[in-house]
Amino acid sequence: MAHRMADMIGSLARRPWFWAFAASALAFAATLYLTDGRGGGGLLSAALTFASFSAIVGIGQMFVITLGPGNVDLSIPATMTLAGTLALKFMDGASSLVLPGLGIALLVGLGAGCFNYLLIRLLRIPPIIATLSASFLYQSLAIWWNRGLRIKPPEVLAEFTTGSFAGVPNLAVIGIVIALFGWLILERSLAGRWLSAFGQNTRAARLSGVPVETVRAVTYISCAVLASLTGYLLASFSGGAALNMGAEYLLISIAVVVIGGSSIAGGNSNVPGIWGGALLMFLVVSMLNSYGLGAGVRLIMTGTIIIAIVAAASGKGRAV
Amino acid sequence: MQQATGAGEQKPDVPLVALSGASVHFGAVRALDGVSLSISPGECLGLIGHNGAGKSTAVNVINGGLTPTTGRIEYTMPDGSTATGRLAARASGIRSVFQELSLCPNLTVLENLRIPHRDLTGSGWRQRAGTRILQSLDTIFSGHRIKPGMTVGDLTIAERQMVEIASAFADGSDATRLVILDEPTSSLDASIARQLLDHVRAFCAGGGAVIFISHMLNEIFDVATRIDVMKDGKIIASRPAGDFTQKGVIDAMGHVVGDDAQKQSRDRDPERIGEEVLRTPEGLAARKGEIVGLAGLAGHGQAEALARFYFSRSGSTRRVRAPEVAFVAGDRGRDGVLPLWSILRNLSLTHLPRLVRRGLVDGAAEQALGNEWKSRIGIRTASMDNPILSLSGGNQQKALFARALASTAPIVVMDDPMRGVDVGTKREAYDLIRREAAAARTFLWYSTETEEVCQCDRVFVFRNGRISAELSGAEITEENILSASFEMQETGEVPETGENLEAGR
Amino acid sequence: MNGRFRILLPVLSLAVLLAAVFYLQPRAMSYFGLNLLFNLAVPIALATIAQMMIIMVNDIDLSIGAFVSFVACVTATYLNDAPLIGALILLASILAYAALGALIHLRDLPAIVVTLGMSFVWAGLAVLILPSPGGAAPEWIRAVMTVKPPLVPMAVVACVLIAGLTHLLIMRSSTGTLLRAVGGNAQAVFRSGWSVVRLKAGAYALAGLFGVLSGMCLVGLATSADANIALRYTLLSIAGVILGGGEFTGGKVSPVGAVLGALTLTLAASLLSFMRLSPDWQIGAQGAILILVLAVRLVFARKGRKWKEAGNGSSDG
Repeated sequence: MAHRMADMIGSLARRPWFWAFAASALAFAATLYLTDGRGGGGLLSAALTFASFSAIVGIGQMFVITLGPGNVDLSIPATMTLAGTLALKFMDGASSLVLPGLGIALLVGLGAGCFNYLLIRLLRIPPIIATLSASFLYQSLAIWWNRGLRIKPPEVLAEFTTGSFAGVPNLAVIGIVIALFGWLILERSLAGRWLSAFGQNTRAARLSGVPVETVRAVTYISCAVLASLTGYLLASFSGGAALNMGAEYLLISIAVVVIGGSSIAGGNSNVPGIWGGALLMFLVVSMLNSYGLGAGVRLIMTGTIIIAIVAAASGKGRAV
Repeated sequence: MQQATGAGEQKPDVPLVALSGASVHFGAVRALDGVSLSISPGECLGLIGHNGAGKSTAVNVINGGLTPTTGRIEYTMPDGSTATGRLAARASGIRSVFQELSLCPNLTVLENLRIPHRDLTGSGWRQRAGTRILQSLDTIFSGHRIKPGMTVGDLTIAERQMVEIASAFADGSDATRLVILDEPTSSLDASIARQLLDHVRAFCAGGGAVIFISHMLNEIFDVATRIDVMKDGKIIASRPAGDFTQKGVIDAMGHVVGDDAQKQSRDRDPERIGEEVLRTPEGLAARKGEIVGLAGLAGHGQAEALARFYFSRSGSTRRVRAPEVAFVAGDRGRDGVLPLWSILRNLSLTHLPRLVRRGLVDGAAEQALGNEWKSRIGIRTASMDNPILSLSGGNQQKALFARALASTAPIVVMDDPMRGVDVGTKREAYDLIRREAAAARTFLWYSTETEEVCQCDRVFVFRNGRISAELSGAEITEENILSASFEMQETGEVPETGENLEAGR
Repeated sequence: MNGRFRILLPVLSLAVLLAAVFYLQPRAMSYFGLNLLFNLAVPIALATIAQMMIIMVNDIDLSIGAFVSFVACVTATYLNDAPLIGALILLASILAYAALGALIHLRDLPAIVVTLGMSFVWAGLAVLILPSPGGAAPEWIRAVMTVKPPLVPMAVVACVLIAGLTHLLIMRSSTGTLLRAVGGNAQAVFRSGWSVVRLKAGAYALAGLFGVLSGMCLVGLATSADANIALRYTLLSIAGVILGGGEFTGGKVSPVGAVLGALTLTLAASLLSFMRLSPDWQIGAQGAILILVLAVRLVFARKGRKWKEAGNGSSDG
């Protein structure tokens, strides 16, 4: 019995996402230790809520990073802001427009994704610079549309995003459903195979009949759509769209991919790790908070964790 | 005969570099197997051998890039002392010109000289570097049109090769004493190659030493004072150049077109060949069930023609359940293998759109496909779920064959697929290709080995990117292929290559 | 595209923008007007040069904005109150950059992730040093940044100096050549017996140095600092390098181009106010200029290639 347990833990530990979850559990326990175990449920529920934002954008970024070196979407924050702004302005607090509002947000994502891809394809520029210049445009568009006003989300939407179902926050349910869907695509579908082939060796994939351009286009578009969905949810959750609401998600989206054990070199990603990374990012912050450490230490710890994880994951040195 | 010392009769002075019993292992592969050789001032050593005979490994050991697994290597420094190690190789005046260019394309010609020449610092270094490289270029390739201020990336391949050769011969703070030239003339035209050979002779006459590797036998006989023949990581013959004949060198390498292949090429069955299924703008054509060979010297446009054809018949945007063309890569690392995946996933990739049920990949069907091809093509592995990189090169190649053949594509394009594949696997692959052709599949097969080309129903010979001959039936002989591969020179002499030595007499 | 051609496009794009500004607002064509236009470009130009050092060795630095903010915080606090300690901190941060370069090379790490992690670290340190906006610029930096040279305003002089000096350092000196060689063909550099680790650490140290200069200039202009003061420099600096004709791989960079790129981006932002357009579009204008220039570059590159092919064809025939 004990033997089988050890086997199971051993095989778990070999999964790339194991360490993110283990570290999250540790941070969770360390936080509860301070409060003598009180407030565990509240902490968990908060962690699930906030992690779901990072997880949804992280899954989009993960798909893009799977495409291989040089592929990264820097326009995620701008897309989030633009989608949140436009949707909230359109709904203007009217509960009846919740679904059309969602449609607007998703359309923004679709448009942004198409624009990003077209820049990459037509201008033949590295995705980093394409999504970067596009993000400048989106950001301006959001500023111009919003004019600094903070429009409240419809009541229903605000309630939904802050509410929970059977003890599980609604946002977490959405995040988990999207993760399951992402997992299915990545691990079980033809598209996932093609994506991984693209990331490992694009030329070989093309020569094996993979429609590489479609794979790339769909990947960038789904990343932008996931970002826009997050923007919509985040704006509703936090009581209105702010112009800088996406800012921190640029780094977080990349960070959760790396912490989750996906390869930054492409071709090898996993979805559970995104949730692990997202939880860890939040739990580390709350742990340090509860120990009375300020924002500075929190940031330093986050950075150190990211660097330590890639340094440990790389594992291979090279001759001087 | 593994022992090889200096230039025969004449008593050599202290050798510049001495290799004794050097072996290099890459995993299970013995790239170099107990090689001893030394080279002295004034010598030009011609190194000959087939692909994979160990020439490049030997050269890399000599220039310090590789440390031998066993055995030792010793350099004689300009002051007469001896030393070992990578830095000693440089300091003793050894320079290399590699097949793959080792210039920085973003720098200018003179800036590139800065990398090997450590003394180029301080004010006025550009002037000195410019003079130095220009002098060297003028000496070797008089009449060249290269300026030291040109960016290397803007030069033609031939000009880059010239710059590389010139900077190897250019004297820096320490004089150049031994230059290793690995296929230096591959991208040079005849007159420039002639200039280089003249310079090599002059350099050796002036007390320098050169190791010259080339597939062109006449070049080797032109400049070498001694010839070493390599095979399977060993030096199997080492004599002064005068003691060899070109025929003798070929015999030493043991390259003979097997009777087998000759016989099989006669066993053609024209019955199975149907109507024409493809014709490309450059004139490549094939009929249903036909095995069409692309021949000629390596790098004369065959691979490009295949890629162009493949890309014209396959899209990068649509999902295709029934592809028209499937591709078998020869350069496995670049064009074929997906290194993170299992054998099964590598094998099923092209056929995968057919294995989708309700939006998801049907795992059981994929497994069945894998098992079928495992036994059909004989992939030697315990489980198809093992990583592809756990296989030997030959078995990886089989998986790539299976990837293409498992698809329903009626045309299969093969880009020199037998590169680095053992004889047994080759035989199995030949059988497989014939069986598939009998089942009305069309093959476009580029090969660098005449033996393989001779098995085709029709052969297109490429020269300078164009088709120079179309051969079919009894016309497909090594002689005909060779004469179409080479441009006859004024001397009336047919140049040789490593692969096509036989007809070069 | 060769070196001379590469610089043409940044020069042209800046000239066109400048002409547009002068046309819309002739008064900008004065000592004071130019200074106003380009004042804020100086720290951006320095940060762009820092980014260029990293791109030169085929890496990318996502932490430069956070680093400049950190330097600004140090400058406005320690360097002002206890100059020696402040100087030591800045020196140590340059060394940290060098160590990072060595680590990235030795362990073969993706620079994009390591610098991403470092951006958190620098931001954290900045918050620790200066939890809320404040501090004061040291007098001497303030004096340097507001000096009024005759004829040409300080901002222009500074940009010319930065461009000239880094051009000498990177494009002309023998060490700069080696650094660019690492980006072009690290294998060749290694084979010739150089330590690529040291060269890479050197490139990163230079990036650190220019990041420090950028932060100090910024404080000199802004007179105080906060932990988020320069966060957008990360993206601006990448855009500036590319706008200046640099490429992400192959060691193809141009310091003069990078400075011009930074100026162009700054000008693109201020052009709008001269056009009496809403300042909402400032960032958008930067993005649009970037896209426009890259599109023009693509056309140039295609033309150049066709021209070259035609030339080769005729020499073959």
